Order: sequence, then C-alpha cells, then structure tokens
Amino acid sequence: MSSLQMPKVDNAIMSKKDKIALDLRGIINSKNVLSDPNELRPFETDGLTAYRQMPLLVVMPETVEEVSKILKYCNENKIKVVPRGAGTGLSGGSMPLEDCVLIAMGKFNKIIEIDYENRCVVTQPCVTNLAITHAVQEKNFYYAPDPSSQIACSIGGNVAENSGGVHSLKYGATTNNLLGIEVVLMDGTITRFGGKAMDAEGYDFLGLMTGSEGLLGVITEVTVKILKSPEVVKAALVGFPSIEDAGNCVAQIIAEGCIPAGMEIMDKALTKATNDYSKAGYPTDAEAMMIIEFDGTEHEVEAYIHKAKEIAEKNNSSSLKISKSNEERLKFWAGRKAAFPACGVLAPDYMCMDGSIPRGKLAEVLNEITRLSKKYNLPVANAFHAGDGNLHPLIMFDANDKESLRKCEEFGADILKYCVKVGGALTGEHGVGIEKRELMCEAFNDKDIQQQLTIKVALDPNSLLNPGKVYPILRKCAEEGRVHVHGGKTKFPDIPRF
Amino acid sequence: MEEKQNSQTSLDFNQNIFKPSSREEIVEIVKNCYRKNIPLEINGLKSKNKIGRNFQSEKTLDLSDYKGIIDYKPEELYIKARAGTPLKEIVEELSKNNQQLAFEPNDFGYLFSGESNSGSIGGVVSCNFAGSRRFKVGSVRDHILGFQGINGKGEIIKSGGTVVKNVTGYDLSKLISGSFGTLTILTELSIKVLPKPETSKTLVIKNPHLKKALDYLGKSLSSSTDPSGGVFYPDYFGKNFVLNDLTHEGGLTAIRIEGPINSVDQRLNRLSKELGLLDQELSILDNEQSNIFWNRTKNLEVFKNLKSNLLRIIVPISETLQVIQKFKNYEIKYFIDWGGSLIWSSFDQLNIKMLNEIKDIVKKHQGYVTLIKVEEDLKASADIFTIDPIKYKISEKIKRSFDPKRIFNPGKMYTGI
Repeated sequence: MSSLQMPKVDNAIMSKKDKIALDLRGIINSKNVLSDPNELRPFETDGLTAYRQMPLLVVMPETVEEVSKILKYCNENKIKVVPRGAGTGLSGGSMPLEDCVLIAMGKFNKIIEIDYENRCVVTQPCVTNLAITHAVQEKNFYYAPDPSSQIACSIGGNVAENSGGVHSLKYGATTNNLLGIEVVLMDGTITRFGGKAMDAEGYDFLGLMTGSEGLLGVITEVTVKILKSPEVVKAALVGFPSIEDAGNCVAQIIAEGCIPAGMEIMDKALTKATNDYSKAGYPTDAEAMMIIEFDGTEHEVEAYIHKAKEIAEKNNSSSLKISKSNEERLKFWAGRKAAFPACGVLAPDYMCMDGSIPRGKLAEVLNEITRLSKKYNLPVANAFHAGDGNLHPLIMFDANDKESLRKCEEFGADILKYCVKVGGALTGEHGVGIEKRELMCEAFNDKDIQQQLTIKVALDPNSLLNPGKVYPILRKCAEEGRVHVHGGKTKFPDIPRF
Repeated sequence: MEEKQNSQTSLDFNQNIFKPSSREEIVEIVKNCYRKNIPLEINGLKSKNKIGRNFQSEKTLDLSDYKGIIDYKPEELYIKARAGTPLKEIVEELSKNNQQLAFEPNDFGYLFSGESNSGSIGGVVSCNFAGSRRFKVGSVRDHILGFQGINGKGEIIKSGGTVVKNVTGYDLSKLISGSFGTLTILTELSIKVLPKPETSKTLVIKNPHLKKALDYLGKSLSSSTDPSGGVFYPDYFGKNFVLNDLTHEGGLTAIRIEGPINSVDQRLNRLSKELGLLDQELSILDNEQSNIFWNRTKNLEVFKNLKSNLLRIIVPISETLQVIQKFKNYEIKYFIDWGGSLIWSSFDQLNIKMLNEIKDIVKKHQGYVTLIKVEEDLKASADIFTIDPIKYKISEKIKRSFDPKRIFNPGKMYTGI
C-alpha cells in the first residue's frame, strides 16, 4: 500500500513552505495556520488509517471569507488544497498530500438556524451529523441519514461523501435530505446552491457537489431537511439456516410492498463475533441473522412487522424475536453497530469493503466471497445493508505479514470487481477516495471518466482541489487497498462504523 | 439489450427532422452536427416543449421512436427504459406489479392542449417537475439511479447504475435532471420505483381562507401522521372537484394520507383531531376518489386550455402567505401544492414590468419563478429561468464540458447556454 501513487510533488512549493505560511498568516488569524510537524501530525490521516501523509501546512479558517481568500491565494500560486471535516471518512478522501495546504474546517462548528416552520436546519459544515438530531429532538424532529459514525462525522463531510446509513433504504442518503449549501470554488468564488425553497432552478449543482468528495468545492454551510420522529419504531431479530433463505426473505419483503426503515444481515462469523463482543442476544447458531426495522404509526408498524414475520417464516426462519421496548430494539442494534471492534478481537487487522449489488444477488455474491476467502486463505465476516444491497465484507489479515496484506488487497479488489460484474457498484457509501481509485475503470470506460474529468477541469482548471482522489492516475487498473484497521488501533476506535 | 455500436446507419442528413430508432443513429446525427456546428432541437413527446426560451435550431431530433422498456425488475425496485418511452407505458407496466413512480410527475398536456400528454420519460427527467408527493419523497432527480446519454461530441457516456446505493464518481444523474436537454441526449434511464401504497385517503377541509389553509398544511406536514400530499384550492377552483364524497363547491384544503388501511384510518383520525376540525368542516375521500383528486392536481386540470400565463412559483413554506398577499394587485388565480411551497399561478395580461415585479417579490422571499406558459411576445423578451451571474458562469462551464459546441437545445435555458 505504501506504493500508492499520488500526484507529483511540486518541489518549488515545498521549498517555499515558510513563505506560504507567512502569506497565509497574513490572510487569516495567524494562530490558525499550523506549520510545526507536531501540530500537523493529527492531520496526517483520516479514517483510512493505512495511508498517512503529513501536509505541508494546515489552515483552520473561521469564516467563509477566509476560506475564499485561502483558495484564491492557493489557486493563484498553484498550491494543492485538501479539505477536511471531521476526518472520519473511510476511503482516504481527506488524506493530505505532501505539498498541500490542508483546510481543516473544524472551526465551522455552530448550528446557525433551526427553522421548524420550514422543517430545516441551517448549519456550519463541521457540526456532527448527530448534533443536528440532538438540536431538534426537543420538538421530536430528527435528521434522517445516519451513518454509523454519526457521533463524530461532520455534516459537511456527509455532503462531500453523500453518506448513507442503515436507514437510507427508506429515507435516502444525504443527497435526498439536503436542501442547500454554500460553497467556495477553487478560484475563491463564494456561491449558494439550493436553499430553503425546494428544487432550485437551473443545473442541479447541489446534486453535483453532493458526493463529489471535495474535488469541486469547499462546503461552508449546509441546509438539511428534518423529519418528524416516527411515533413507533420496532425491530425483528430473525435467524436463518442459510444465507439464501435470508436473501430470499429480503427480496420478498420488498416485493410485498413493505419498505422497512432498515434491513440488515450478518453472516454466522460476524453474528458470533458481535454477540461475543456486545452480548446482544443474537441467534449464534443461525447461518445468517437479520434485523428488520419498521417505523411509523402504531398500526402501520404492527401491520408491517406482521407481514415481515410471515415472510420470514415462509423462508424457513429458525428464530424470530420482536422488540418489546425501545431498549430491546437498541440492544438488537448494539451488536450490529459494534461489528468493527468485534472483528478487531478476531484478527490483528481487517479491511472493510463497501460494494453495492442488486438485492437478488446477495446469496450469489456471498458464495463468491466464501470461495475467494478459501482461495486467499483469509477469513472474512460479512455485514450487509441488505435492504439496499450494500455489502460490508470485513477481510481479516495480518498487516505485519506483507504477503497477507497483498492477498487481502487482491481479495478485496476481487470482491468489488464481482459486485460490478453482477450489476452493482464499487462503493455504496464510503466513497472512492484513494482507496478504490484504480478500480474506477471496472465501473466506467474512458469516455465516462473523461466526461467527469472535464467537469472537474471546468471548475478547477489547474486540478488543485483534492487532486489524486476518486479518479485513477495510474495508467492501468491497479489494485489498491481498503479500510484497514490494525490491532483495533484506528484513529477513532470507539466510533461505530457503517 | 446492448446495441451494436459499429453498424453503419443509412442516415439521410438532408432531412430537417431526424427520428432515430437506434442509438447508433443518434450517435451519427450528433457526430455530424458536432462536425458541422449544426444546432439541434431535442424533442420527446412534445408535452413540455413549449417550456423554455425560443431558440434557433436548424434540425430537430425527435426521440419518440427511440422507446421501449429495456429491463424491469420489480423486486429490485427499478425500471430501465429508453428515453423516448411514453411515461404512460411505464406507469401502466409498473401498475401490473402494484408499483409506481413515487414522484408523480405533472401532466402538462391539459394545460397546453386540453388533453392528457404525460410525455416521455426522457422529457420528465429533463424537466424535473415533481408532483404533490415532492415534500415527502423528493423530486424526479431523487429517483434517477443512472443514465446513459450522448454528449455534444457524439460520445456515449453513463453515470450511476441500477442499484440504489452508489457513490462512485460524480452524481451526473442529478445534473442532467432539470437540464432541459442542454447537456446530453438521454438514451437510457434507470429509475427507482416504489410499491403503491395499499390505500390512499384524503382529508378535505372546507375552507376558503389562504391563511387558515397554510396553517392546516403546516401543522399536517409537521405532524407524525406523515402526509403525502397537501394542497389548497381557493373558492374559484372548488367547483372543479365535485366528487361523490365531496359535494362542497368552495375553497378547500386537502391532505393525503397513504399506507396500510388500518394505519391510514388511524392517522386521518389523529390528524383531524390535531387540526381541531369539526365533522361538518371535513370530508374524507376514499381510495378511488382520492386518486381522482390527486390526478387532477397532478394534471393541473384547473388550468386546462389556459389562455393566459402560468407561472410556477416556489418559496419556503413560511413565505407563501406574504408572497400571495403581495400579488393582490394582480389578476391572479392560483392553487397551492407541495404542502404550501409551490404556488401555481395564472396571471391575466402579464407584461415584462409586472413579471419583473413578481420575480423581485419572490426572490425577496427566498424563492424562484419559472415561466411555464407565457404569451409569445412576452416570451421573446422575458427570462424564462432566472439565474445570477456567478451561477451563469458556472453553468456555462458545465454546458461546455458536455456540449462544447453548444449544439443541444442552445439558448433553451439561458442566452449563450
């Protein structure tokens, strides 16, 4: 992985570090420009901890005008810029470059306005996802997208990555819950896309920016819609004797017209690991375990839970438990949300993949993963957002053993290629970043990628904003690494993931 | 269903209207136009082609023969179709499996020609006009999983796919939605479909007052009863909704609740209590009549064969009352959709001065105005879409990145784009 190729380092920029720092100290509050290696160290990686790189400098602007001035200065002086929110991303989207100015948005940490009448919240981008819900729950509202790292991840980062979560099956991802943003382009232009009025006229720049992984602009303000909390939420915990049965159950629930709020599957290995770790009361003898959650009014939830139970039984469910209280429901989730740390107990290292597949291919893809696991002789545990076909296989390996690491990377790439082959996508919610960059040509041909690059160049002609991310810079489709955790020592080991 | 790309077509380039039925014909047409700098007007079923600026084009590309459903997987909740496929055909096919396009796009046929013409799926996506469920399920663009298109150089490009969760690369499906055919010629679209609700019922409140109506709508949308439609029709439109369960002919506020039968009844009950309604003030429309009611709304039937001008005004809900009050000097007929934030307004005798006043008012209230139907002389001088200089500059760059020689619908959205 150390061989990952990044854009060529500009030595002229490297040699002018002191001058650039001085200039930037003239633009923003001088104490917000960090240049000492000890101060830079915390920014050397994001949630993809296998990759580390110290930036040239870190700036911590406090206003949109400062962001604009920094970008304008960097654009004029051809200095690369990497934007960063909370730094919890799993695909290396905010990994610094050696010759970059890293814009850390941490000081944009205030909610600007809570507008219940228009059912939206206007916030600065480095407010955490969960803080938005916390700010509006007094009136029984919430913000729907819930990436598992929601306690730490920033809303601006959610916009950049188009983050999903376990409830995106019913409520959509960030892009479907966003009303507007204020953004600064690489040339320093400040503009707004969208706002409190729905569906702004003209080209959908809000949609284009969402999920653009910090390549097109720096987000300085976000307006999200908030929803009334559902009256009742219930979950069923179901065991199945085979992954096929679980897969069929998912397909039939959807086909019957029920759209659960969330529908998760774990295989036997992960069920056991998470149950040992969090004592969630899971059916550890089942080959596959499913959590199905419904929300809405009492009658609605009862009707759907009843239907789901019937379908599960028709598909040979071996056990079925329905939550009787909110505490019990949260206990069902506790194990699922602890999948990362639970795997940390099983192996020195693991990598988390993030493929997306048609729901009907769950069993097929899982069988392929099992076959590959034997081929590479590496254990794997599987979690799926089954309702929307988003897989998170966790490949276990030992990073101290170079051969094990190489095999793990190949294994991971094989899984993602298979996802594309069955009609899926390379990434469902973690983003491409540097992690899956070289696999882009599995999903797109040259013309497709060229069209996207033309858009990038239109907005950032010198390719200075977060270069080296998302689009391949190698000539051939190399196989790169995935989310890598060593000995549980991640940057944020306690944050729930995916 | 991949078509061969290399086969030669027998295209006669002297004709003025091309009506291709294969992708390679479209590619050839575009490549020719690109080489010769020939602007193209792109049409589907012409249900919305009068929306947008008038512009000069030498040739017309009629996509109505480039049609057909390519792939429909009910259990995967998506349908893939060629851009010229009539929306009607898609809706009917989905109905067989009790599924639907949740964004219920407007049918502009009644407005422009007095009868239904819901257009082609390509047109629906290109215009991005969502119906009454907008505030609950999102707009048309929120349901586009992926597309294949042809850019201005004649290259086949794609983005997205058929799975719901996909963050691979820029989300170009959003960008092409609402771009009025100015960025790519859409060839194939993959669209998310959803189960039809078990039942739909509508609470109709007899009420002629706008302020009261907005209050009802605001409370409903902020309640946990999860409505999927909210409209207000003033007195003059009440007579358009004479239904068996609704004999009242005056102004009305209507709120739709959908889902399993038990739940719908429970929520309707709760909602009427929360709104403090008396029995004599309300009627409940059952499934069938509820569907008729919302279809008429979706079809803008109160503006059937409209002779005057129709504006689509969108503001945050909190601003609707003030905006309409500021219109009191104009001869206006309006109804309100999207639970309070979409004002469909017809203005008699609109001139450029009035139009600019209207736009200013709406802009001050954080909204925007789209000219859907305006008299020809006004159309020639007015901005159909409004844009600020910064966004114009960005739009120009994006346009060039897809269509470097400006051959697709040039000037349809803005001069120079």
